[in-house]
Amino acid sequence: MKRKVLSVMLATAMTATLFAGCGGDDKTQEGGSTTPAPAGTEDGADAGADAGAADAGSQTASGGSVYYLNFKPEQNDAWQELAATYTEQTGVEVTVITAADGTYEQTLKSEIVKEEAPTLFQVNGPVGLASWKDYCMDLSGSEIFSHLTNEGYALKNDAGEVSGIAYVVETYGIIYNKKILNDYCTMDNAVIASVDEINNFETLKAVADDIQARLDEINDAFGYELKGAFTSAGMDGSSDWRFKTHLANLPIYYEYQEKGISTTDAIEGTYLDKYKQMWDLYITDATCEPGLLSSKTGDEAESEFGMEEAVFYQNGTWEYGNLTNEDNGYLVTAEDMSMMPIYIGVEGEENQGLCSGSENYWCVNSKASAEDQQATLDFLNWVITSDEGRDSMANVMGFTTPFDTFADGYVADNVFIQADAAYTAAGKTPVAWCFTTMPSENWKNGVGSALLEYAQGTGDWAAVESAFVEGWATEYAAVNN
Amino acid sequence: MEKAIKRYFPIFALPTIAAFTLGFIVPFLMGIYLSFCEFTTITDTKFVGLKNYIRIFSDPTFLHALWFTALFTVVSVLTINVFAFIIAMLLTKGIKGTNFFRTVFFMPNLIGGIVLGYIWQILLNGILANFGRTLTYSGTYGFWGLIVLMNWQQIGYMMIIYIAGIQNVPGELIEAAKIDGATNWQVLKNVTIPMVMPSITICSFLTLTNSFKLFDQNLALTAGEPSNSSQMVALNIFETFYTRTGWEGAGQAKAVIFFIIVAAIAMAQNRMTRSKEVQQ
Repeated sequence: MKRKVLSVMLATAMTATLFAGCGGDDKTQEGGSTTPAPAGTEDGADAGADAGAADAGSQTASGGSVYYLNFKPEQNDAWQELAATYTEQTGVEVTVITAADGTYEQTLKSEIVKEEAPTLFQVNGPVGLASWKDYCMDLSGSEIFSHLTNEGYALKNDAGEVSGIAYVVETYGIIYNKKILNDYCTMDNAVIASVDEINNFETLKAVADDIQARLDEINDAFGYELKGAFTSAGMDGSSDWRFKTHLANLPIYYEYQEKGISTTDAIEGTYLDKYKQMWDLYITDATCEPGLLSSKTGDEAESEFGMEEAVFYQNGTWEYGNLTNEDNGYLVTAEDMSMMPIYIGVEGEENQGLCSGSENYWCVNSKASAEDQQATLDFLNWVITSDEGRDSMANVMGFTTPFDTFADGYVADNVFIQADAAYTAAGKTPVAWCFTTMPSENWKNGVGSALLEYAQGTGDWAAVESAFVEGWATEYAAVNN
Repeated sequence: MEKAIKRYFPIFALPTIAAFTLGFIVPFLMGIYLSFCEFTTITDTKFVGLKNYIRIFSDPTFLHALWFTALFTVVSVLTINVFAFIIAMLLTKGIKGTNFFRTVFFMPNLIGGIVLGYIWQILLNGILANFGRTLTYSGTYGFWGLIVLMNWQQIGYMMIIYIAGIQNVPGELIEAAKIDGATNWQVLKNVTIPMVMPSITICSFLTLTNSFKLFDQNLALTAGEPSNSSQMVALNIFETFYTRTGWEGAGQAKAVIFFIIVAAIAMAQNRMTRSKEVQQ
């Protein structure tokens, strides 16, 4: 008998540990909204209701809660802080989870089927919307929509409903080190006398070639430790999007311009020779051998620019925070940096501006409960109208937003955004973000791989052309049949 | 005793069965169903029949990945088992420091696949940098990189199994063979190997299935670069699932086909080596 009792106890203990393993992590989340894991909605709802009872005047304590699946890891801390502030003020639970770099789609796919699904997520444009259209609530009646400065920043579905709203306008181009370039201009036989002379591909290439050829001379004369004109064009997953997506945008943009279209099922690749000469420039006048590109990361390129080992660095406004972050210990200062357009050698590019657009659209989950949807809309509205929200978005996250509420003094203190404003003021035409119409991730990967093989000498340019042109048609058909 | 076992069977087996059902059988059946559907999330599906299976054949990367994986499996099963067996033989001879070496050889197995992948990427790239190349220079580099990695990781584990097998070979048998005038080679071939056949069955099964469904190491070491030429099947399935809108079902269909292939090969292998086992 004793033995029987013992064995039953043992079996119970085993079962208990088994299930303890499944449900154990809820307890660790009592820290509330700032923990980087989804708090249960029950907790959230309770907290909301309690706080609502205590603060009867609060209009937002409707019992709903917000769960934001954030796309940008670099802004995670700012969102967590903002969420905590909101919860403190209104009692509404706001959970912010950030997907790891490059895994947003995966995270969203698994999170959204959960019982506590994100109420607020984002898509990257028309192609992203195609897979999430059933989950996007119509936002045309929302307050955030009414605050948009331009309806073009709203992402509409086939039925014309507003499915997503852009919350940040970003710009990319070639970031350059003004100080080094100015020093270079003072040298004998310098190709240019002033940075402003760089306004087309020929000049850019001449300058880069000259700097690359005279690295030692420049280093000796001014005490730099330059290793190349351009930072490494790393093709590691953390960096290859700069070329397979952002740089590839330019030939696509010019082709669209020429044909007067905004999307296509078959690209012709009329400007691919320009793409090639730019890529050649990036991999030749660089800090590293082309054969090593596959292992070079985005961080390495950033630090090469930061440590003044390179003069040019293709990236965007979002890099400002990292480059000026004192913890990184970079030598380059905000005053030394600016951004110029990516000149790939198209006729008339002297009037080309920086590449501006958005691939970050807020979507509210149409399958969430009505309370949660309302709570989410209230939260978003608070973010773009309250002082705390605007301050965080403009100054902490460093965003340029498309909302009219930011007009009075909430302009990001970011030299790249100022450079963009200067180009626009000078009448240059900004390049639109056409890469949101690229048919699939698979297409980008195909182009990226071909670029890499071309760079390291194991493939030829024809393979890039094929991945670009035929790959487009194949991928378009694969995704749309 | 028999009766007691029967009576307590549910108590002891239920937790495991429940976990197995929840964690394996249910997702497995759902997976089969999903391979006939088009979906973005697994709760919202549309039945499309065999469309996904037809789509697979329009995707040349899958076939390439299958060949690459098959070749990788053949090479890694052979090398891992041969090296593991040799080391096991050496470490059962009673040389000094045997325990230390056993521990050292086993240790790589305690490191996770992703970590190993990155460590070896750094190591191999460090060497290749002298030649101005990297692991993703071509698919061949990736292939041998993966072989080196898998050998390093798995030899220790297989070694332990072989050591147990070799130590179980009765001393009298070897002694008798020696008295009959057998050379060392003959002892190995006619006595030791037949006697450790059960270990060989287990080890070849483990290495075979491990190599076939390899994912983490592949992802971390080369991520299939360049141009998918070092991409194995598991990674190919993963990429199909996530890199094309609307192709989730096709990825799922690939997974089902992959399962059938692995199951068939593993069962054939099991039967083959089992038949060579001898009873003591």
